Amino acid sequence: MSVDPAIRDAMLAAVPSLRAFAISLCGNVDRADDLVQETLLRALANIHSFQQGTNMPAWLFTILRNLFRSEYRKRRREVEDPDGSYAETLKTRPEQIGRVEFREFGEALSKLPQDQREALILVGASGFSYEETADICGCAVGTIKSRVNRARTRLARLLSIDDPDDFGPDRTTRAVLTGDDVA
Amino acid sequence: MKDRKQTDAPDETMVTEATTPRPKGHAALGREIQAKIGQQLRAYYDSLIEPTPERFAELLRQLDKADSKEPNE
Repeated sequence: MSVDPAIRDAMLAAVPSLRAFAISLCGNVDRADDLVQETLLRALANIHSFQQGTNMPAWLFTILRNLFRSEYRKRRREVEDPDGSYAETLKTRPEQIGRVEFREFGEALSKLPQDQREALILVGASGFSYEETADICGCAVGTIKSRVNRARTRLARLLSIDDPDDFGPDRTTRAVLTGDDVA
Repeated sequence: MKDRKQTDAPDETMVTEATTPRPKGHAALGREIQAKIGQQLRAYYDSLIEPTPERFAELLRQLDKADSKEPNE
């Protein structure tokens, strides 16, 4: 059976964002392209389970996310790496991608735990609602909200967005107040 | 990873606001900071967006053709 042109167009229209999502998940353009390709093939193989008129991007993002996760788990198993430290090294090489001015951001993003990173990207950049993101990630809306919050907090810290000039004195002040050791 | 030991402590970051009159303090993540992160995230993401690589359009076209030909060979 051949694919309904409308469905094919909807798939193609979703690809640029899907690909940006894949790149920001795995930090590597080639791997991201493979993921996108695999996602499209899966989607076509299961096209009967897609209901026309429903959310094509959300469906594709769900497939891609699951593929990425299972690949990650598999690698972890293959090299007997129960604590994930080897998988961690495979995860991202952000220096390979993006324009210079975004590298620092990409690097910070890559340091977030996977759960938090995907939630933040889906909500904050891919344009999904909290509800859609919860569906894509297979968890509750509240979970997504707290992941997004934690991701933001951590990113702010990693990027020292809270005013670097302020940081030294404030830390000292706090240490004085709380009796902590500053060093 | 080494930043694992500094576990997230969102409560701790909420305390300072009342005691520190500075405009940009360590607040729980003030609106300004959230907005900044949001902007950077979108700019980063948008920088990754390119027109659909021909490879994918081609892939879908080929599959279409292959389907209509009946794969007998």
